[in-house]
Amino acid sequence: MPNNPPRDSLYLTRRAFGAGLAAGTGFLAFALPVRALNVDQARSLIDRAISEVNATINSGKSEQAMFGDFERIFVTYADVPTIARSALGTASKAASAAQLSSFTQAYQGYISRKYGRRFREFIGGKIEVTDAKPYKSYYEVISTATLQGEAPFDLRWWVGDKSGRQLFFNIIIEGVNMLASERTEIGSILDKNGGNIDKVIAELNAT
Amino acid sequence: MPSQRQSKPLRRANPALFAGIAAIIGLSACGSAPAPEGISDPYEKQNRGIHALNVAIDRAVVRPVATGVARTLPTPVELGITNFTANLEIPGTVVNDLLQLKIGMAVQNTLRFAINSTIGIGGVLDPASPMGAPGKVSDFGETLHVWGVAEGAYIELPFFGPSTQRDALGKVVDYALDPLPLFIPKPAHLGLMAKLVAKISDRGRYSETIDSILYDSADGYAQARLLYLEHRRFNLGQIPSDATFEDPYAK
Repeated sequence: MPNNPPRDSLYLTRRAFGAGLAAGTGFLAFALPVRALNVDQARSLIDRAISEVNATINSGKSEQAMFGDFERIFVTYADVPTIARSALGTASKAASAAQLSSFTQAYQGYISRKYGRRFREFIGGKIEVTDAKPYKSYYEVISTATLQGEAPFDLRWWVGDKSGRQLFFNIIIEGVNMLASERTEIGSILDKNGGNIDKVIAELNAT
Repeated sequence: MPSQRQSKPLRRANPALFAGIAAIIGLSACGSAPAPEGISDPYEKQNRGIHALNVAIDRAVVRPVATGVARTLPTPVELGITNFTANLEIPGTVVNDLLQLKIGMAVQNTLRFAINSTIGIGGVLDPASPMGAPGKVSDFGETLHVWGVAEGAYIELPFFGPSTQRDALGKVVDYALDPLPLFIPKPAHLGLMAKLVAKISDRGRYSETIDSILYDSADGYAQARLLYLEHRRFNLGQIPSDATFEDPYAK
């Protein structure tokens, strides 16, 4: 019996040491791949994007001028090449580098006009970031849009840095996923044009 | 006179219906249906036919009337009509809250109905929302979901638009379950008229968005289908499963 306490304490010390070592390695494993993007940075990116959108929708500018503003905001804060490639779906694999680049260019203007029209309906309203959390290997920034005379609605932004820069690559409006909706739409335009990407580019430029 | 008032709810609250509901409760495993993946549209051919009909009706009647109404009616009047209709739909929501055992929401919606029907002048105003009872609309489609019924195939209904097998059945049951006749005698025409005007008013107010889906999309049917399903699943609290997550950065 008198021998037991030291053994016990030794054992405990060992275990504590082991636990400490395990925790230490765990910590190192977690800390080593330095994450360039954290939840606060993701949140602040969307904060900045939203404040520019808010400024534009309440600027009183003409529709054409607003479309220009939206395109600039889109290019600054969104990963346009990735969104464009995703919208093109499997057809992007068959496209040449030149086609992909002019598609991205056409798509950028097209989407700014399309979403710009929707954002114009927010005139007099306001979008505010309410929360941000990790999502898969990305971050989800949650915002609420309040429009005059309507119940507030949920607007989510997916932010990542896999492009090498911190950018958003998807918007979810009340559960409606922009990437999915765009893939359906561009897919339909592709079908309509017999899968010819050059014709699709011409159509997007004309829309 | 009292007997006449009694007979109406009795006719509407059909015992066979309740027997059917009891059967569904018995059949379905407790716990809501898992989040569906993708789109099930085996009736696409028929659905596209109905979509074309709906678009034709919209183009010929609904859209011109709605844009006219939106231009003529002052916004506060339109808002009043929208509020009035939304208020008439609360008793039906409360029935569904109870069927889903969401007692807190049933209480909040009942309170909301009481406040807006009185202080809110018959529901034209919405003082309940700023008072902390914003409420949440429910329907029998959601009740079926809570009971474990899957959404089934996508279907587009004439006049009503996008739906699913589950939600279409829900619509029919909601009409039969509506307890509004218990409160107001002969509200059917009033409610129906208000609903029609509110729908027209919505069509006018969201004109650009709806136009962009129905007319500007390369495939309006596919867009309406995707939007309906994603939004409905979101409202039912169905979180998309990991399997459906498409990573645009994945090689």
